[in-house]
Amino acid sequence: MADIRMRVNGSIEKLDVEPRVSLLDALREHLGLTGTKKGCDQGACGACTVLADGERIVSCLALAVQYADRDITTIEGVTSPLQRSFVRHDGFQCGYCTSGQICSAVGMLTEHAAGAPSAVTGDLATMEIELTAEEIRERMSGNLCRCGAYNGIVAAIEEGIR
Amino acid sequence: MKDFAYVSAPDVATAVRAITEPGAKFLGGGTNLVDLMRQNVERPDTVVDITRLPLDRVEELPDGRIRIGAMMRNSALAAHRLIRTRYPMLAQALLAGASGQLRNMATVGGNVLQRTRCPYFVDLAARCNKREPGSGCDAIGGFNRNAAIFGASESCVATHPSDMCVALAALDATIELESVRGVRRLPLVGFHALPGDAPQHETAIAADELITAIELPDLPVAARSRYRKVRDRASYAFALVSVAAALEVRDGVVTEARLALGGVASRPWRAHAAERALMGAPATEESFRRAADAELAGAVAQSQNAFKIELARRAVTATLRQLHLPGGAA
Ligand SMILES: Cc1cc2nc3c(=O)[nH]c(=O)nc-3n(C[C@H](O)[C@H](O)[C@H](O)COP(=O)(O)OP(=O)(O)OC[C@H]3O[C@@H](n4cnc5c(N)ncnc54)[C@H](O)[C@@H]3O)c2cc1C
Ligand code: SF4
Ligand code: FES
Ligand code: FES
Repeated sequence: MADIRMRVNGSIEKLDVEPRVSLLDALREHLGLTGTKKGCDQGACGACTVLADGERIVSCLALAVQYADRDITTIEGVTSPLQRSFVRHDGFQCGYCTSGQICSAVGMLTEHAAGAPSAVTGDLATMEIELTAEEIRERMSGNLCRCGAYNGIVAAIEEGIR
Repeated sequence: MKDFAYVSAPDVATAVRAITEPGAKFLGGGTNLVDLMRQNVERPDTVVDITRLPLDRVEELPDGRIRIGAMMRNSALAAHRLIRTRYPMLAQALLAGASGQLRNMATVGGNVLQRTRCPYFVDLAARCNKREPGSGCDAIGGFNRNAAIFGASESCVATHPSDMCVALAALDATIELESVRGVRRLPLVGFHALPGDAPQHETAIAADELITAIELPDLPVAARSRYRKVRDRASYAFALVSVAAALEVRDGVVTEARLALGGVASRPWRAHAAERALMGAPATEESFRRAADAELAGAVAQSQNAFKIELARRAVTATLRQLHLPGGAA
């Protein structure tokens, strides 16, 4: 067992976990933060997306011990205009992927604001990339939605950045 | 997942000492290792976390070469100004791989050493010479739609799935390795092995070595380069075929060409035959197609992947056309 500390949604949490426990299971099973969802447990769906020091990651492939002393934000700690936009634009049906979608979108907007390019960015040299629907779709491709609410998700993010 | 001991290394000296323990493995972003541990394909006794090592910078060396720390995240490398402007094919290859979340976690060193995506490799009920030497290969005659078309053997037909490495191969990158025994440098081209009769030996790295850096040569032609990836969906999927290319044309004649293919072999495939065919040839569609033909002449299909040979031919031609005529038909 390892004793670690982590800042989760602003408060310092102590965790006593085996090294094999994922950050996802630590959040859900040890801290009772069940807003973060487990879809594939293989890094392939994005349902478990959380922010580590503001950067989006998939918590299922993260060992909790590796994130000791880091600052983790889960959907329970997010306050963003995106949440209202998701409701307004039907950015979900069953809602299972939604917490991951919103955490991912928050991280994505930070990356974009810092000038990070994507696979569909035409001019890599520019730091001011217009966040078109195509850019949003590409940057959000790590979050699958089994209900196919993609159009609503893109519309919600487009509104969120206006 | 089997239980294991966890050590976080603060510096390189501690890391290379810790890895000499039997059954120890380095942990980068964990996006491949943790996945394989959960599936019991990897079963380390000790995991040595190297993500806190101070090897996460891009430096421009006095002679113009670029040194990339092995702990650099894939996303940070792709976003770096020097990579975007001097080696666009590398930025594009990184951005074509995985997802935003995974690129934020994945390290450069881990990307080089990621394992194959052959479905039988992670299926403990299947026969797989790579996972269990001598057991056989269920991909031969089985599900091999995304298997190799170059360099495969009767033991293994798997591919190396990295996008980044395809660009690094075209760029003639160098890998720096460190262990308690010292430091050595190896060219990336040739670092990944062909399967032969021992597909479990995947790269030239020794069990106690740490990748500390990747170096890129000062290569003006790379400023006009491009990475093109063909896959089953528009984003977030491994390559069926990919192409990293750089081209210099003077007075209508090709004066320099760099070309490597991904998704086609157990190593990023440097297309030497195509490069030779391009050198000195007129920069025309006809030459581009002939260069692709020269490389693909050596391709061999498995039962389900013959389509990849034609796909590779078209992807090479299209990438060269795109480089030569930017804005022209893709
Ligand atoms: C859903 C999904 C989709 C993906 N899609 C793509 C894709 O389209 N294209 C693509 O290229 N990749 C893709 N990947 C793979 C991803 O790029 C790799 O998993 C990642 O690059 C590995 O880096 P890491 O730091 O997480 O490595 P880890 O998982 O930490 O390590 C991988 C291996 O490298 C060893 N290692 C790590 N660092 C070092 C070092 N410095 N020295 C020595 N040994 C080291 C580890 O011991 C381990 O054996 C995908 C992965 C997932 C989960
Ligand atoms: S192709 Fe290689 S990795 Fe796949 S089953 Fe055969 S031996 Fe294993
Ligand atoms: S549960 Fe983590 S990516 Fe699917
Ligand atoms: S809303 Fe159901 S999976 Fe996305």
